[in-house]
Amino acid sequence: MKLPITWIKEFAPVHANAPEIAAALINAGLEVEGIETLGAGVSGTLVIGRVVEIEELTEFKKPIRWCQVDLGTQIRGIVCGATNFAVGDHVVVAEPGVTLPGDFTITSRETYGHVSDGMICSEREIGLGQDHAGILVLDGVSPGQNANELLGIGEEILDIAVTPDRGYALSVRGVAREVATAFGVEFRDPAIIWEPVLGAPASGLEPHDCIIEDFGVCELLTLRTVLGFNPDAPTPRYMVARLQACGIRSISLAVDVTNYVMLELGQPTHAFDLDKLSGPVRVRRANVGESLETLDHVVRNLSPLDSIIADSSGPIGLAGTMGGLTTEIDGSTTNIALEAAFFPASTVAGNSRRHKISSEASRRFERGIDRELAPIASARACALLVAHGGGSYAGMCAVESPISESIIEFDLNLPTRTAGMVIDHQTVIEKLDAIGATYVRTGPEIGVVTPPSWRPDLTQPADLVEEVVRLVGYEKLPSTLPSAPAGRGLTHEQRLRRRIGNLLAGRGMHEIRAYPFIGVNDFDALRFPENDSRRETPTLVNPLSDLTPQMRSTLLPGMLSIAARNVGRGENDLALFEIGSVFLGGVVEGGLDPGVDSRPSEGIWKQMQVALPAQPEHLGVVITGVLESVGVWGNPRAASWRDSVDAVLVVADELGVDLEVRTGSDPSFHPGRCAEIVLQGTSEVIGFAGELHPAVVDHWNLPRRSCAAEIDVSVLLSSAANCATAPVFSNSPVAKEDLAFVVRRDCPVAEVLASIRAAGGELLESIRLFDIYEGDQIPASHKSLAFALRFRGEGQTLAPQELQNLRNQIITAVSEGVGGTLR
Amino acid sequence: MALEILTRAQICSSLRFWRHRLSAPNKSFDPKQVSALNADSVDEMVVGALAALNSATDLNSLKAARLEHFGDRSPIALANREIGALPPAAKAEVGKRIGEAKARIKEFLETRERELTQVRDNEVLLGEKVDVTVPVDRLKRGARHPITTLMERLSDVFIAMGYEIAEGPELELEWANFDALNFPKDHPARLMQDTFFVESPDSGVVLRTHTSPIQVRAMLERDLPIYVVAPGRVFRTDELDATHTPVFHQIEGLAVDKGLTMSDLRGTLNHLAHVMFGPQIDIRWRPSFFPFTEPSAEVDLKCFVCLGESDSGGCRACGGEGWIEWGGCGMVNPKVLRAVGIDPNVYSGFAFGMGIERTLMFRSGVSDMRDMVEGDIRFTAAFGLEA
Repeated sequence: MKLPITWIKEFAPVHANAPEIAAALINAGLEVEGIETLGAGVSGTLVIGRVVEIEELTEFKKPIRWCQVDLGTQIRGIVCGATNFAVGDHVVVAEPGVTLPGDFTITSRETYGHVSDGMICSEREIGLGQDHAGILVLDGVSPGQNANELLGIGEEILDIAVTPDRGYALSVRGVAREVATAFGVEFRDPAIIWEPVLGAPASGLEPHDCIIEDFGVCELLTLRTVLGFNPDAPTPRYMVARLQACGIRSISLAVDVTNYVMLELGQPTHAFDLDKLSGPVRVRRANVGESLETLDHVVRNLSPLDSIIADSSGPIGLAGTMGGLTTEIDGSTTNIALEAAFFPASTVAGNSRRHKISSEASRRFERGIDRELAPIASARACALLVAHGGGSYAGMCAVESPISESIIEFDLNLPTRTAGMVIDHQTVIEKLDAIGATYVRTGPEIGVVTPPSWRPDLTQPADLVEEVVRLVGYEKLPSTLPSAPAGRGLTHEQRLRRRIGNLLAGRGMHEIRAYPFIGVNDFDALRFPENDSRRETPTLVNPLSDLTPQMRSTLLPGMLSIAARNVGRGENDLALFEIGSVFLGGVVEGGLDPGVDSRPSEGIWKQMQVALPAQPEHLGVVITGVLESVGVWGNPRAASWRDSVDAVLVVADELGVDLEVRTGSDPSFHPGRCAEIVLQGTSEVIGFAGELHPAVVDHWNLPRRSCAAEIDVSVLLSSAANCATAPVFSNSPVAKEDLAFVVRRDCPVAEVLASIRAAGGELLESIRLFDIYEGDQIPASHKSLAFALRFRGEGQTLAPQELQNLRNQIITAVSEGVGGTLR
Repeated sequence: MALEILTRAQICSSLRFWRHRLSAPNKSFDPKQVSALNADSVDEMVVGALAALNSATDLNSLKAARLEHFGDRSPIALANREIGALPPAAKAEVGKRIGEAKARIKEFLETRERELTQVRDNEVLLGEKVDVTVPVDRLKRGARHPITTLMERLSDVFIAMGYEIAEGPELELEWANFDALNFPKDHPARLMQDTFFVESPDSGVVLRTHTSPIQVRAMLERDLPIYVVAPGRVFRTDELDATHTPVFHQIEGLAVDKGLTMSDLRGTLNHLAHVMFGPQIDIRWRPSFFPFTEPSAEVDLKCFVCLGESDSGGCRACGGEGWIEWGGCGMVNPKVLRAVGIDPNVYSGFAFGMGIERTLMFRSGVSDMRDMVEGDIRFTAAFGLEA
């Protein structure tokens, strides 16, 4: 919200300058985002001129006027290219010597055949706004007047961001109160100054009637009537200037007055054209089937949840949010009904959310306004209407529900206990007084506090503590450190997660953190069949992009896109990894809402979690290009399926978890180069690794034969032993044996290994595949696998006969298991 | 062998052999004086041996000289054998003389052997010389994402203070993200959060807008007192640009204990600032509003570029303010404590939250938020294993 300093100073008479006031407000918790100067860049005095003669110069391509302008003391001839003014209009003139924004100094110069002796200005040319449509034409001014003063040029304006709890600060009144408190000067409360400003109603006139039908949606409704108002009366210049400084355009006197009073006091009001009203003004809930065309020309279908202003014709306004079109005041309105009400924050917040309207009025009601302010604000507004627009005040109709006084029991020691520094009782009571609260002692150190009517946000002792401590000054708080209980450090899983990251980065891979949003296009590009369960993921109501409305069920699309970006930027050789959540399945509807008044029971809390889909952590790997490039050390080593399998296995190895690699199939991978990763001892497939399907590689424009892996790392983390067990090992000599088997070409090595291991038992210490041969020396469609085996006896040397037996057992096992023969 | 014609030298040598064999120790022979054993000839043998060993230039010629002057048939060895033929009275003296001579030759031989071995080794190794400046194709260095490592680093500051790390889901219950944190339904504070909602609109599930729901989970699931931090990914409906990203990271802190104060909170954040940015970087508080804390404050860091001492408008980092916005904090609102069943009359708590991206921008001079999002490996490479 923008507020001119002079307006604030009207009620908080401080001598401080704008930066000092801004600093004080920041310390008080009002965020001043900037200080602007109205008409910044104007130097010299602009004057008001009256146009006395216009000669249209027609020999040019565009309309040019040669004007004679009376400046009170002299008449100047000025060439002007705008046409929105007539003889007799008052305009703003920059005389030679004056400098305008953009360091543009006015001089007398010859142009279009005349010596132009100054400039007639538009709003934008003097830095008042963006309006360049035409010349600024003013009413109610006279030639020779100082236009700087009339326009507020040089006025400093504070731009203040108000947090949702401080609704009262959306007004000059509220900000001035904080300024007065901060500088310790008297606060001249405009609500008190203006209360008696409106005289008694003219005799013989009756105010229009109003009714509250539902006190749940409106606690106070006032309707003041002004009759015989002059719709052509101009808005006084100071009011236009202040509205403009606050960023609000002048519309008409009646509208300007309601805006002015809202800015000054914080109370929204609404002016109806009385002659367009039929019957009493009522506040009620909307009925099914009712609709309302609001001032923004949108027809809104109403529901019984909406709170409305109505007359006997039906809805005429959305309560506290926006007025209706049918009763709008216009250029011929002479009789005005001015409504000012107190709507509870929830009433307006609901209206605003359902109809997606955020207006100046709704912003204030939603944040809470002063419960007692409506009649005062409407008195101030009517006084202004009558003063500047004539007419007669015809009285007020008002309805009100009983005020439920909120009081807070308050322990004067609480600020000290909360702050951790001594704030004596006297100071506490002084600060409560400064915010307008009253404190009544009920015991030695306790009492009750009645918050001021404009602070509906103060509802509990902690709220009062904040007021006291912020006014004492946060900068006075000492720094102390609490002593936490002895901690347990990172959990096992947290340590493992770090180790995985360090391990993979240590092997030359780069961690990425992709956005977790994906869409149907991604599933299609990954070649997921229509019934693939991974297509079913939570969907966002308001996604960033319609192309990616779903939460990821796989890390791959995000990773492949990032890989593609790197490739596009010239880096073909990539080894990327990501550890992040995926989202499996849909959201379960209709979760429990346990409220917030007490702790949900363990059972209910557990039941609430059911709404959430599974969100396991996945580890993804993408490898493209070459791992070792061609050079003096030899041939390049292209990334291959084995590097992605290896990445998975080293992680499992680091965690001490045994994985099994099996021939697998996944639509996103090369049909002949895909491994499925299985947790050993289970049949649980925790992911895939291998070469990506060429269609997937093409879709993302990656180098040929790019590889990837993705596994559920949550399973690994929970399977990892928290404490390693020391091995028992034998020191008896090792016996080495090499065995080669001929098996069918399509027989997976893993199966041969499994057979050998099973037969070798405990005495088989290790086994290593050292050669794969296919060729003339063995039958077609077969391959020879050569293994190096190491045996070791437990506590004693293996006897030759034992070794021979082991060897025979293995040969038999391989024969029975996979049909292999010793070569 | 018998048919072979022997060279003259061989004949001499074998004759000498036989002659010496004949004068070998033999108790039946009478002891007699042997000329080879007198002092002069022994000296001569030593001088000859040392000269020969000394003139050897490599291990091969040294071996030849050794065989000739210190081998089994060398003069000194032969002389040694003659001792047995001496009268007992002369044996001791001559034995000592020969022994000393042998020791001198042996010592010199070993010295030469060491010298010439070193010469030989040097020659061999020099022949294996390579250009060690040829670029070695090592595997390129990888890196972790600085957002990850910075979260770890921040966490470690709190681990050192006895805190633990709490976790929670990214897709979160609206109840935990808002209701339990005292965001009333329809309240502007809830609308300010630019929330991603999940189908259907009444699902009660959102992408968490902050890490604060982890506070709720911690208070429901842990025993008191609670000291936890919770780093994590959060979501708001912002468009990606140089200073915004819809997916970003925070670290949340929560302490609930008896007697915790705003001063404790201030001290904790001051400590964090000092550890992360240096001892001269203090924090400043400004009163603010968060539904889940009361009192609440914005946390500013003293500008680490100008240390708050620049003339107004002069500093690029802080715009002359001297302070940079860092995060928010406050005392846990009693309404929040009640919603999770903690008695606010017995316990108090404090909570705080900082943006990780912002922290990284300050610490490492990242000027564009997109660098942290796009996954360009040139960016991560600069950070390695620690941010």
